Amino acid sequence: MDDILDTKTAVKDTLPTVFGYIGIGIAFGVVGKASGLNTIEVLLASLITYSGSAQFVMVGLLAAHAPFITIVFSVFLVNSRMILMSTTVARYFKNESLFKNILIGTLLTDESFALSMSKQNYTNGQLNFEWFNTANLLAYATWAISTLGGALIGNLIGDPEKWGLDFALIAMFIGLLYLQLISDKALNLNLQLIMIGIVLVLMYIGLIFIPSNLLILVVTIVACLLGVILKHAFF
Amino acid sequence: MLSFNFVLMTIVGCGLATWLSRVLPFWVLRKVKLSPRVIEFLSFVPIVIMSALWFENLFHQHLGHLPTIDFPNLIASVPTVFSAIISKSLLVIVIVGIISLAVVRYFI
Repeated sequence: MDDILDTKTAVKDTLPTVFGYIGIGIAFGVVGKASGLNTIEVLLASLITYSGSAQFVMVGLLAAHAPFITIVFSVFLVNSRMILMSTTVARYFKNESLFKNILIGTLLTDESFALSMSKQNYTNGQLNFEWFNTANLLAYATWAISTLGGALIGNLIGDPEKWGLDFALIAMFIGLLYLQLISDKALNLNLQLIMIGIVLVLMYIGLIFIPSNLLILVVTIVACLLGVILKHAFF
Repeated sequence: MLSFNFVLMTIVGCGLATWLSRVLPFWVLRKVKLSPRVIEFLSFVPIVIMSALWFENLFHQHLGHLPTIDFPNLIASVPTVFSAIISKSLLVIVIVGIISLAVVRYFI
């Protein structure tokens, strides 16, 4: 990764992460079809709801004939961590128009968030619309196409997990976490390592009594608060 | 069989709920200035969320009981972390990750 923020560089930066969600997109297509949705509905879910893991929750609840309000509220809870990510990213676009801000926010994902936070370590804390929008659009297109592909070939490939593709997303987060670790100049390296340890402990304890979909949000809030306290006490 | 209208309504409802959590902060932050303490809080969000998204996949949840370890994902994480340290390239990391899990699943 380098400090250039044009369209071409955005494509280059985003391509490796695309592999992370092709597998998950195909998996969603397969699962969606298996849950009783038709191809058009599966594609619309990816185009309109566009929320990765929350789409699996939505489809699961649809298949279980859950009421409308229950499904919408569950999806909101699963995605509520987006509020924290949007708040973090919005600070980089304060001087852009409201329209551009809304466009960036509309297509923001875990992946483009993580990638952008990694990128801004190389650009002296700068992000621009051109770079971010390209990364977002590429992710959106990839998600839609891979979902459609999964829905169309659903019955042929069976269980998408047996190909190891589901690990692509995890590997991507490991990679982005490591790149963040070695290049984030705002936080001390030891403090960052301690934070990773804290998150591990919080996740382990939290899994006992907080549903995993809500857990990421709870852990993020608690860990960030602990981080602020630690930074002031020891760093 | 689910009716198309109900599915469509759910997709749009969920889309709206997701869209609001993505977009409202962008809109609000144009009017509100964050305190330095909040900005400090947010500076921890990237590392914490990325760690959490990783660790979530290393366990299986059993509400009310201790989580169990997802050994294939844990084992596949080891070469993936090393490939990150050595290559510092996302593409290499993702490919090593996929191959690692495929190999682990082959033997387990």
